[in-house]
Amino acid sequence: MPKIVMAPTVVVTLVCIYGYMIWTAILSFTNSRMLPTYKFVGIDQYERLFNNDRWIVALTNLGVFGGLFILICLFLGVMLAIFLDQKIRAEGAIRTIYLYPMAISFIVTGTAWKWLLNPTNGFEKLMIDLGFENFKFDWLINPDMVVYCLVIAAVWQASGFVMALFLAGLRGVDGDLIKAAHLDGASTFTTYRRIILPSLKPVFFSALVILSHIAIKSFDLVAALTNGGPGYSSDLPANFMYAHTFTRSQIGLGSASAMVMLGCVLAILVPYLYSELRGKRHE
Amino acid sequence: MSNASTGRQTTWIEKALRFALYAVLLIMAAVYLMPFLVMLLTSLKDVEEIRTGTLLSLPGSLDLSAWSKAWGSACTGNNCAGISPYFLNSFQIVLPAVAISTLLGAINGYVISMWKFRGSDFFFAALLVGCFIPFQVILLPMARTLGWLGIANTTTGLVFVHVVYGVAFTTLFFRNFYQAIPGELVKAARLDGAGFFTIFYRIILPLSVPIIVVTVIWQFTQIWNDFLFGVAFSGFDTQPVTVALNNLVNTSFGGKEYNVDMAAAIIAALPTLAVYVLAGKYFVRGLTAGAVKG
Repeated sequence: MPKIVMAPTVVVTLVCIYGYMIWTAILSFTNSRMLPTYKFVGIDQYERLFNNDRWIVALTNLGVFGGLFILICLFLGVMLAIFLDQKIRAEGAIRTIYLYPMAISFIVTGTAWKWLLNPTNGFEKLMIDLGFENFKFDWLINPDMVVYCLVIAAVWQASGFVMALFLAGLRGVDGDLIKAAHLDGASTFTTYRRIILPSLKPVFFSALVILSHIAIKSFDLVAALTNGGPGYSSDLPANFMYAHTFTRSQIGLGSASAMVMLGCVLAILVPYLYSELRGKRHE
Repeated sequence: MSNASTGRQTTWIEKALRFALYAVLLIMAAVYLMPFLVMLLTSLKDVEEIRTGTLLSLPGSLDLSAWSKAWGSACTGNNCAGISPYFLNSFQIVLPAVAISTLLGAINGYVISMWKFRGSDFFFAALLVGCFIPFQVILLPMARTLGWLGIANTTTGLVFVHVVYGVAFTTLFFRNFYQAIPGELVKAARLDGAGFFTIFYRIILPLSVPIIVVTVIWQFTQIWNDFLFGVAFSGFDTQPVTVALNNLVNTSFGGKEYNVDMAAAIIAALPTLAVYVLAGKYFVRGLTAGAVKG
């Protein structure tokens, strides 16, 4: 009976996760354009991909966006968690406020920030009306700066989540250890730096993996906030893949870009899972 | 660490630090709240007020016309019926998808933790990969499959997709929860002659209420907020609200009505915000359960 009950999930998983992955991999070695064809052209699509300026921009953006997004989220998340851990009155209410953006879709987040960041009505106007007449804030329409707009919105959305993870971790640290440190005369700062934070390494790695996963698959935020523009200056790989597969009839190229994205995720995931499993075995 | 600092007299330095701590925390709270506040204020203004005022200026009068327009008559693409039809589409997609994926997850988790068979652990590991893959890698084959099945561009198709890619998460949640239930419970019931489903209904399901709540909330939020599957697999009339909102905001003809955009955005966010406000504890548990892989 157990096997029969599991069978649908097994079949669906094998087909829809692994089968499709292989299918996309195969397509990435063909010259498919509007319709899938099975004429193999070797690694041509990958060569085209890496000679494609728009892809290089998307990949560079992913590096900048992902790097900053992860770093700032981790920094803010850890700081806020430590601050909230100091027996704060109304901690529950403050925590709730930090975390609520995580309940909202990236489409809504993008819509909201598009309004806040637009130069004619948003922050820029607010600052000018407040008396800063030369204030200029046009990142949203500046091809060199637009990727930082993505960072701002994404950090707003996800940093509270990192805070929640670390706060849960802090609450799980062995209280005796901390008491012992205090008895030895360690200051609160030293205790955090030398004892508490090092013991949160697993939380840190989980957060890192999840944040990089969010960054790599970011698609909706770009769609709503910048639509890839100006030009294609704020494209991310996910948007490149979608555009080429579904609107530009370049299925082969789109599939190749999807495989590169998969490679990025695996590069992060495999070492993480490996260390997790090894760690478990030692216990 | 509860009474580490009692017994010492609080000096003025400690008081000042304490004050600074609260100041930082409250300023950050204001920063997180600000976008939502601006959305709300903007949605209550008329176009003229938006043009002359600033982000934070208060609306002159309580004007709900942007809300009714967003709900009932704003244009998304060529269709001018507001976002209400799409809001209902989202419910039509989310409710069955959440129910089916949660049920499958419960049964899978039950099998994987209590009725292990050869290869069940391996299968679980293989399933977990499904939580992590970038969905771009399955997008095109899935589009073809939906076409073959004759459910392309339908709500049923989207339900199917969300169930398929949600089961990895729901199975993970239930499996981790059931791992903590003593195996003796099931063994004893088996000795008494109870079968697979009897044990599930009589013993396991009643114990599962907390994890069912967490899973339902997680799935509801994930599926409601989805955009990628919605935009790739929905038809003209079956778009979920996220897709409709994006179309509404990017509809370029006519003057830009930011108040309508903001009202529509809040409407699209309301169901998940309501869940968050009403069941925040379970929402956070879902987030952390999704974060900490077993």
